[in-house]
Amino acid sequence: MATIGTPVRRREDYRFLIGRGTYTDDINRPGQLYAYILRSPHARARITEIDTATAQAAPGVVAVYTGKDMAADGVGGLPCGWQIHSKDGSPMAEPPHPVLAIDSVRHVGDPVAVVIADTLAQARDAGELVSVDYVEEPAVVDPVEALKPGAPQVRDEAPGNLCYDWHLGDLAAVDAAIGKAARVVKLDLTNNRLVPNAMEPRAAIGEFNRATGEYTLYTTSQNPHVIRLLMGAFVLHIPEARLRVVAPDVGGGFGSKIYHYAEEAIVTWAAGKVNRPVKWTAERSESFMSDAHGRDHVTHVELALDGEAMFLALKVSTIANMGAYLSTFAPCIPTYLYGTLLAGTYTTPAIYVETKAVFTHTVPVDAYRGAGRPEATFLLERIVDLAADEIGIDPAELRRRNFIPATAFPYQTPVALQYDSGDYGATLELALKAADYQGFEARRRDALARGKLRGIGIATYIEACGIAPSAVVGSLGARAGLFESAAVRVHPTGSVSVLTGSHSHGQGHETTFSQIVADTLGIPMESIEIVHGDTAKIPYGMGTYGSRSLAVGGTAIVKAMDKVIAKGRKIAAHLLEAAEADVEFEDGKFTVAGTDRSKTLGEVALTAYVPHNFPHDELEPGLDETAFYDPKNFTFPSGAHIAEVEIDLETGQVAVVNFTASDDFGRIINPLIVEGQVHGGLAQGIGQALLEGCVYDKASGQLLTGSYNDYAMPRADDLPAFTLSTNVTLCTHNPLGVKGCGEAGAIGAPAAITNALVDALRPLGVHHLDMPATPEKLWRLIQQHRTPLAAE
Amino acid sequence: MQKTVSLTVNGKPVSATVEGRTLLVQLLREQLGLTGTHVGCDTSQCGACVVHVDGEAVKACTLLAVQADGHSVLTIEGVATGDTLHPMQEAFRNNHALQCGFCTPGMVMSALDLVKNNPNPTEREIRVYLEGNLCRCTGYHNIVLAIAEGAAVMRGEAPPNVHGVAAE
Repeated sequence: MATIGTPVRRREDYRFLIGRGTYTDDINRPGQLYAYILRSPHARARITEIDTATAQAAPGVVAVYTGKDMAADGVGGLPCGWQIHSKDGSPMAEPPHPVLAIDSVRHVGDPVAVVIADTLAQARDAGELVSVDYVEEPAVVDPVEALKPGAPQVRDEAPGNLCYDWHLGDLAAVDAAIGKAARVVKLDLTNNRLVPNAMEPRAAIGEFNRATGEYTLYTTSQNPHVIRLLMGAFVLHIPEARLRVVAPDVGGGFGSKIYHYAEEAIVTWAAGKVNRPVKWTAERSESFMSDAHGRDHVTHVELALDGEAMFLALKVSTIANMGAYLSTFAPCIPTYLYGTLLAGTYTTPAIYVETKAVFTHTVPVDAYRGAGRPEATFLLERIVDLAADEIGIDPAELRRRNFIPATAFPYQTPVALQYDSGDYGATLELALKAADYQGFEARRRDALARGKLRGIGIATYIEACGIAPSAVVGSLGARAGLFESAAVRVHPTGSVSVLTGSHSHGQGHETTFSQIVADTLGIPMESIEIVHGDTAKIPYGMGTYGSRSLAVGGTAIVKAMDKVIAKGRKIAAHLLEAAEADVEFEDGKFTVAGTDRSKTLGEVALTAYVPHNFPHDELEPGLDETAFYDPKNFTFPSGAHIAEVEIDLETGQVAVVNFTASDDFGRIINPLIVEGQVHGGLAQGIGQALLEGCVYDKASGQLLTGSYNDYAMPRADDLPAFTLSTNVTLCTHNPLGVKGCGEAGAIGAPAAITNALVDALRPLGVHHLDMPATPEKLWRLIQQHRTPLAAE
Repeated sequence: MQKTVSLTVNGKPVSATVEGRTLLVQLLREQLGLTGTHVGCDTSQCGACVVHVDGEAVKACTLLAVQADGHSVLTIEGVATGDTLHPMQEAFRNNHALQCGFCTPGMVMSALDLVKNNPNPTEREIRVYLEGNLCRCTGYHNIVLAIAEGAAVMRGEAPPNVHGVAAE
């Protein structure tokens, strides 16, 4: 029975529902010690002395280490995995990123020392006894302020706090188009800084085996092989063969668990020093000041249009906050995952984007769900809506007029990407119908009678997922390949283990990948085991991020199965005494075409492992194949999201009354899982638009939103039930035809919600507002602008 | 200060020696090995650690272990009957109401508490009740459907199967 396309319940749910998931903090190793990490309370300070003697003597304490101890032992800094070059060809400023601070701290939460003790309580108590002499210095947290002359300097290696000044596109063509345009629409906007907030806080356990010299790291990671490579090669200098990285069940990531973090290196190194396992688990307040943050852009955008409201050119200038250190993939987010997306779904012929990346005294910023693409979509869909507003045209009509037509694929954009497939017009119409766009004005009038301002907002988006090919990303500065590997191991009795380099942190890979294997090999899902998250088991892996697992990791599984079937066909031909070309594989059976003579996959597998009657001259025994798949191109999911909101005139409170999302993810393997991915992305996108914002105090550099008391996470009663649909066009360059769905919601929702809010407030004369649109912000806006409404 | 506490956990009597500052969630996770109860925050807001104490939903990070002395605690590990999931657990599975699974034990324990007090909750009542449970993965959409289904089955009604799921 075909499972692809059906809502199969998840295989992983049972263990989670009975409380038997295995997250990193659930693991305890024999003889384990606990690490407490002392962190900087200051945004910027020089460290003149660290006195650990009292802490060393405290009950239960085994060791206290500082950055100098690690440096003296030859421990390297945390590496950055992407190098951007500036307009003038010079490489970005790449200051060192010590595992533990040496001499200076550069953001609140910067790790300074580690205390290792028999119990966590003892480690924490002793942490209070470590005496650090800080000399506080002025800090800068705002990226615009950081670029001004005389601003506090974050890094000696980056004069003026500039990491790089990058650009893409044809400036002359854009300026020429702007010069002759009938209208140029301009907007200044911000994209608010967010904290990813996976519900499972990060954790790490380091272990050292004196007998073998092997280190093991258990960690909350989306990509254990990447951690092994970065930590082994650059930080601790441990060869792959002596470093095992295990990422067991991972409780959400959204990008924040891609990166190699200091704590992973600390516990692994310390385990070797004290010769016992060392465990560290973040408290939530530590997560707020040590997990990589997301977004934090300040942008000026101009859109030029002709007299028929056709887009002529787009010009974008962005300042992107990097924080105090470069996180693993930080430099590529506001460049190649952002500027290249600025064509969106439109035929805009000329585009120019420049990005200044800036160091500040804040937590590093890196990819968070969407990563560059939500920022691109937000500015594009805001400026398109503002253009519709200025021209006086229906925003849906303005979009229709400028869409890349379904007949134009493959479509080459002016910002490097070539889209393979899509049908943006049909997807928008699907959403408009589902949202009853036509009937909106009546709902607006009804709402006003109830004291509510009601608005509707559209956002369309294009996404680039499964970032690839390796050769291209390498030419753009990536210091890693972006392929994926898979091994498909058919066991002697016909059950199958799939070893995948992708790593689920909630996406349900054990179910989706099993469906692909079950349908392809014609065996029941119960006979299939999906193995991931352990460098000792998996050949290699680049991990899960950027909605790549199905398009890249799933394709690697398909390629490995192709090899299994090809070898199986040869074995079956031998057994059936038929020509290989005459043997077909379908529904789990190798059959001589036009006959009823066949061998099941299980029979062929048994022959492969008990090769008494076997074509030894031609084949090796066994049925176990590995494939590495490096995609030819990105995939390009797209969609149209429509938000409908009501704002209470008296309180500024927003209710999201309807949210409609129509998306094109290519072929859908499991609609249940795809819907879940969209729901979750929408919640994060709506959270960004209405609730979430990471705030630093500009004077002191203190993190003001450091807990769930201060940082507003979306709750169940902040969100509506979502209305979803899909409009499928297949990806043309992978065998499954899949595109990826993990980030769509977080990309479309911020602009859809903000456009709806502006639509609601437009009668008051409001034409833009920045996120998050908190009740206080809206209430103040309403108070400022109430007069025109009263006069109507 | 060390103290020996005796309590009933998932129907079995247990004793443990704890510090005065030991939280109930630490006793469950670190000393009793019941790692299904999770810790997602340090301000008692995320709800990943919800258990039942004497039948009432409690955040196990807000209670000292010594306060549970002599009381009866139900954790996620005690909800199913043998290999048979409780209808609320089954409803979470039917509705894809969990992704990473980290908030799930707390969600299920809260859902059971809601349904005990309100056997037929509306969508709005479910959403408002979940104020003390954070989920970052699902957008709550399917959790709300799951709790409605779980409540329906607990009332003796047939599960609505809104997603048309098939068994795996």
